[in-house]
Amino acid sequence: MIELILKRVALGILTLLLVSALIFAGTQLLPGDVASAILGQNATPQSLAALRQDLGLDLPAWQRYLTWLQGFATGDLGMSLANRQPVADLLWPRFGNTMALAAYAAIVSVPIAVLLGLAAAVRRGGIFDRGINIVALAFVSLPEYFLGLLLILFLSVQFNLLPSLADTYAGMSFPDWLRATTLPALTLVLVTVAQMMRMTRTAVLSVMDQAYVETAFLKGLRTKRVVLRHALPNAAAPIVNVVAFNIAYLITGVVLVEAIFNYNGLGRFMVDAVAKRDLPLVQAAAMVFGAAYVILNSIADIAAIALNPRLRHPR
Amino acid sequence: MTAKLKAIPISAWLGLAIVTLNLLVFILGPILAPYGQNEIVGAPFDPPSAQFWFGLDQNGRDMFSRLLAGAQMSIGVSLAASLISFSIGIPLGFIAALFGGWVDTVLSRIVDTVMCIPVLISALVVLQALGSSVPVLIFTIALLDSTRVFRLARVVAQGISVLEYAETARLRGESLFWLITREILPNALPPLIAEFGMRFCFTFLFVAGLSFLGLGIQPPFADWGGMVKDNQQAILYGLYAPLFPAAAIALLTIGVNLVVDWLLNSGAAVQGADR
Repeated sequence: MIELILKRVALGILTLLLVSALIFAGTQLLPGDVASAILGQNATPQSLAALRQDLGLDLPAWQRYLTWLQGFATGDLGMSLANRQPVADLLWPRFGNTMALAAYAAIVSVPIAVLLGLAAAVRRGGIFDRGINIVALAFVSLPEYFLGLLLILFLSVQFNLLPSLADTYAGMSFPDWLRATTLPALTLVLVTVAQMMRMTRTAVLSVMDQAYVETAFLKGLRTKRVVLRHALPNAAAPIVNVVAFNIAYLITGVVLVEAIFNYNGLGRFMVDAVAKRDLPLVQAAAMVFGAAYVILNSIADIAAIALNPRLRHPR
Repeated sequence: MTAKLKAIPISAWLGLAIVTLNLLVFILGPILAPYGQNEIVGAPFDPPSAQFWFGLDQNGRDMFSRLLAGAQMSIGVSLAASLISFSIGIPLGFIAALFGGWVDTVLSRIVDTVMCIPVLISALVVLQALGSSVPVLIFTIALLDSTRVFRLARVVAQGISVLEYAETARLRGESLFWLITREILPNALPPLIAEFGMRFCFTFLFVAGLSFLGLGIQPPFADWGGMVKDNQQAILYGLYAPLFPAAAIALLTIGVNLVVDWLLNSGAAVQGADR
């Protein structure tokens, strides 16, 4: 089992390297280069050459990639083109905000979704199962901004329960923070619970169809015991994967939600940088999002290995 | 035939009706629209009335006309992206499955790596480099999405290519082109059609999402995601203006999902698709 986990960690690191190469390659698609983009109409051959040397653009692409990667490993994310500030100072606080919002949403949605999925699977084909499936299908189809706008309309404009803008600042008290971020978190919860519940149901049902579950039923055990003692331990690994998949989704779903509620997170920050075509910012933000995604998936796979009863008790 | 029609559940009929309605609006939208998409007909955010069914937008343009006209961009761009993504993903997937060996390994590794990055993040990186225009949008989304199509096409073709009729065709000495077009494709169609619905839903929501972020379809063209963004502030005054385009997006997605759900449950399709 340890060997399997180590292999998975190595694979994760390899994936991270590939992802970084791909993101770097993607930012090099620009016809011309950053120097001509910065100088625009005012470019003279001399000023272009000087700026290229300044930014290290006269080096071949693979050398620039290695320099960038080295900078990333040592915490130097480069300088923003738009306002000449270190990217790291701008990026990390916003990344913290995004992770806080995603964590808030995940803490609420994961238990609800897993319980609903379990309940639907146990009562397969029943009224509860069919009803909740139709509701889930509808919620999976609704875009984040539709739900977000409805929540703003009802909860903040008509009943004035919660603020419509998620204004947060450093040193804010926790209850204030909770109040400001509840609407965006609720939007994320509504979108992910449906998806996660449907996938949990499928994962549990595939275990419930196994021969040993039927044996347990035929032994005369109660449904509750069969589900909790026989099915659940074996469904744990797929459920962990479902949860990780959705938390990974949360990381990008948050981009739209941040735009709706004007939340000061990494997603909105990256969208602004794309609009301003600020290459170092976009590169760094993409790498942080990509890394978070890869790391989460690796953790999920490792947890799935650790939770697998067959791997935990090898014969 | 009538027995077959009766076997279609109500939810699927509802889905088919929504999809048909949207296709009609997509084709006829600009002709049906009572006003031009950029024609200013009144004061900003005038509420719905008999003359302007959904009210006016932030510039005093008729919301209903803009919804009808915007279908061309919103549906057209995602339809084009899905079609291109299928014409890239299916041939490559089939070739990977039939050749196996290093061809399969190389293609699959590339696809795996691209899929390691969230689609939205990859798209933002490309849009940063190339700027947002309709061709860039269509090709970026098509390329990113073709990785999902590739995976499904590969799995389905692998399943079919070991069956007796495909084996027979290969022993007869049929060409690769024959194998793909005459043996694999016809038998792979049912799952691929269901997948097309799912991919279209995804690209449609994706294009609308990018437009909502201001990075998708650019003015002066009306499109549903951009209309939500432009009218978003009105919700703070209790006006429904941004809800109409948002509801149009939600309605089409629900419609396609209902049809896909029916296709998948009718047993005509193989599982194995992911979002």
